[in-house]
Amino acid sequence: MRAIGLITNRPAQQSAIRSDRCLRPMPEIVRLEYRNVTMRFAETGGRGTLTALKNVSFAVRDGEVVSLIGPSGCGKSTLLNIGSGLSAPSEGLAFVDGEKVEGPNAHVAFMLQKDLLLPWRTVTENVMLGVEIQGHATVERRARAQQLLANFNLAEFSNHYPHQLSGGMRQRVALARTLAVDPHVLLLDEPFSAVDAQTRMVLQRELAQTLKHAGKTALLITHDLSEAVTLSDRVLVMSHRPGTIIEEIVIDLPHREDPIARRHDLKVNDFVAHLMDRLDIGHDTVVKQAAGQSA
Amino acid sequence: MSDARNTQIRNGTLASVALLIIFLAAWQWGPGLLNIPSFVVPPLSMVVTEFGHAWQYDHLMLHTGVTVGEVLAGFIIGSLLGALMGYLLGMSPTAEFALSPYILALQIAPKVAFAPLFILWMGFTVYPKILVAILIVFFPVMVNVLTSVRNVDPDLINLARAFKATRAQIFWKIEFPSSMPPMFAGLRIGSTLAVVGVVVGELVGGNKGLGYLLSLGEGQADTPMVFVSIVMLTLVGGIAYLGVILTERQVLHYLPARADRGL
Repeated sequence: MRAIGLITNRPAQQSAIRSDRCLRPMPEIVRLEYRNVTMRFAETGGRGTLTALKNVSFAVRDGEVVSLIGPSGCGKSTLLNIGSGLSAPSEGLAFVDGEKVEGPNAHVAFMLQKDLLLPWRTVTENVMLGVEIQGHATVERRARAQQLLANFNLAEFSNHYPHQLSGGMRQRVALARTLAVDPHVLLLDEPFSAVDAQTRMVLQRELAQTLKHAGKTALLITHDLSEAVTLSDRVLVMSHRPGTIIEEIVIDLPHREDPIARRHDLKVNDFVAHLMDRLDIGHDTVVKQAAGQSA
Repeated sequence: MSDARNTQIRNGTLASVALLIIFLAAWQWGPGLLNIPSFVVPPLSMVVTEFGHAWQYDHLMLHTGVTVGEVLAGFIIGSLLGALMGYLLGMSPTAEFALSPYILALQIAPKVAFAPLFILWMGFTVYPKILVAILIVFFPVMVNVLTSVRNVDPDLINLARAFKATRAQIFWKIEFPSSMPPMFAGLRIGSTLAVVGVVVGELVGGNKGLGYLLSLGEGQADTPMVFVSIVMLTLVGGIAYLGVILTERQVLHYLPARADRGL
């Protein structure tokens, strides 16, 4: 296991230590970059501000999957909003495909824990929402939707309404809708946390395969440590608020396209254990118990 | 499961029909048995005879037609204005903030109390009746649309925004369709209230409509005619309500188990 410090501004060094990428030395294209991003919100109740993010910098290269983990309220979702152009950082800049993010742009698409399917649209129509808004021709968007639904084994449900589908199927439709706009970068905010554990593993594999085959770049926010380890090339650990990146961990394991196969690798446990330590999971209770004994 | 459901529907229908027969029988023979004079509660047969009489000599169909026209006009105009106002206020919190005290005041004021005023302004025409109906239908529709626009999941709006949707696209693809179920709830209420508004207007002044027939019957102590008017008004309201329900089923067909919910 390799845990290295925060070196996001030195992509050349990162690529040198990435075992799977060393085989084909190619120019590193940075798809998504946060540069010294700080985010402050007005505190509820009026006075003062609340700093959600402090001086966050990192970059995600073309085709890479990077996970962000951290305690609740550390500003992970805020980073996603900044990347998708929905909110502007108080300080610092975000770049997608080398262009400064100044508002929503067609290179990024996001997916949340909620499927956000429109109940009055059929599955196909839901998948077409993004391409429809972006003004693609009807024939083209229908073809794209049908192709994606076929890929996710949803073709026979194309004329169903969302309420007729299971939670896992609804998340698949949401993923298809996200992919339909053919974004370079996917921002995923706990996309599978609302489905049951077994469905989640299947969905994770589908996502991993899709990302690999389509060569998409993704930033994945998750609370599920093993999800972070099995799906990603790198994991970034964030601190308590004000959120900042405290560690970058390169997951140098094979099978990024197959998290189920990766789960069989015992090294996954080492990574998860390390992440638990970094997040101080269980630390509070240990301290409390110790205090109780000494009293 | 479906068998149990079918049995439930069949038994329910049978019970409904049985209740209707009992009610009609009680209406026919109850007053005689209880020695209630026919000028207080006329038996069913007398009301049916009066119905034929009114049809022939009192232009019952004309009066019904006038009332239906007023109800329709008031309902359609009131709903459109209510929906429009709901969307405008829903999208502009500033406008809502500025206008809400006045809207609240108008909503609290009993709309039927405006009927005499409108008749003073517009005379014994159909317009004051339509205006009362418009006012009365306006509020439930507006409030429901306003609330629904406010309650659209902000993440849905963000999803559309992330796809670079324009303001108009957000409205037509997200906000407008989301507002349909609450809007129909408002329209259901509005459809029955429209009849109330029109009848009050007709009672206050004029010489056409079922409300006029009602007051005419009252003036002549013609209880059967009053009953005929009430039955016809109930029919008009019922058909208006049914019209809304049928439209709602067409529009909201995507909602789960809509058909089983009944009226």
